[in-house]
Amino acid sequence: MVKSESKIIVVTSGKGGVGKTTTSAAIGAELANRGHKTVVVDFDIGLRNLDLIMGCERRVIFDFVNVIQSDANLSQALIKDKRNENLFILPASQTRDKDALTAEGVERVLADLRKEFAFIICDSPAGIERGALLALRYADEAIIVTNPEVSSVRDSDRIIGVLNSRTQRAEQNLEIKKHLLLTRYAQGRVQRGEMLSVEDVQEILAIPLLGIIPESTAVLNASNSGVPVTLGPVSDAKRAYQQAVAVLLGEESQSRQKGWKSKILEGLKLFTRSPA
Amino acid sequence: MNIFKKFLDGIGTNRKSAKVARERLQIVLSHQRSDGGDIDFLPKLRHELLTVICKYVKIDQEQVNVQLQRTENCSILELNITLPSAKEQTA
Ligand SMILES: Nc1ncnc2c1ncn2[C@@H]1O[C@H](COP(=O)(O)OP(=O)(O)OP(=O)(O)O)[C@@H](O)[C@H]1O
Ligand SMILES: [Mg+2]
Repeated sequence: MVKSESKIIVVTSGKGGVGKTTTSAAIGAELANRGHKTVVVDFDIGLRNLDLIMGCERRVIFDFVNVIQSDANLSQALIKDKRNENLFILPASQTRDKDALTAEGVERVLADLRKEFAFIICDSPAGIERGALLALRYADEAIIVTNPEVSSVRDSDRIIGVLNSRTQRAEQNLEIKKHLLLTRYAQGRVQRGEMLSVEDVQEILAIPLLGIIPESTAVLNASNSGVPVTLGPVSDAKRAYQQAVAVLLGEESQSRQKGWKSKILEGLKLFTRSPA
Repeated sequence: MNIFKKFLDGIGTNRKSAKVARERLQIVLSHQRSDGGDIDFLPKLRHELLTVICKYVKIDQEQVNVQLQRTENCSILELNITLPSAKEQTA
């Protein structure tokens, strides 16, 4: 019954607070919008937040660690989104026990999820400790969330190195596909030379670009109300995430990349009212 | 006044800051990559290699050099082990 097309995608960054959880929720929800059965898994043990961003915090009964420790089964822990029947979340636990996640446990749960879901999005915690390493360990592809800022770019480079050496695919000599997602991008500041441009970051990190998410008030509005950006009203951020998912699904081919990039940047300009 | 200040900022320090960021990143990353900064198993690997090699040949710590270099498409693990000359071995 294993879905052959089932894909595990880790959303990672190294640096904290760059937009991983926002991205996991937005991309997960957009995949579901397009009819793909999708689960978003919160790997941030002890600092659960995905449930809040996705607006299901009051429905958490069992969590990821409960499933790993066989205190609950998967179907008890999975929360089905009320807005989209294709969207599920597996919440993190609030335990302070850092060893609650085990490699065997994570591998087993992910294997079970593969039987049911087309996409498994792993929302990684910051850092390169156990939780972050396990979030990326079994991934087929990785979305590297980066802000146009020196420390974020440096940490992303570090994470790319980790992906190339510490994933199961890397150990089996298989390629792990990496996507650069530039978030909190302020086109005005880039034009004034105050912020690293998308070309700068892409050249430094040398991985293909998945998308550019603008700095946007829609993101805070979305988290305030517990609605992933892509399930909310029309906004610059929503459009940018939709575009990123189109690229993720291969609808926008590599050769057309230049075209869609300038299209996004043009879109951003339209939304830039006053210089950011 | 405000507009004027903004204008000055624009042509002064700020205009260059993205460029400065780019240059600093290029330098720091070239170090980070050649350090194999992401590979925290390197010291352990080095130690274990040493143990295995020592079963057969007598060498010391400094004679095992393990380095990892990352290029755009792949990583290269470089092992450099200096074996003692035959004379030293039998001595
Ligand atoms: N495109 C954006 N525009 C404006 N604000 C954003 C954007 N993306 C993220 N943020 C804000 O940045 C903050 C951090 O976002 P988020 O929680 O998604 O980051 P994270 O990488 O998951 O953090 P952590 O490392 O702590 O898990 C939040 O307050 C969020 O609202
Ligand atoms: Mg997070």
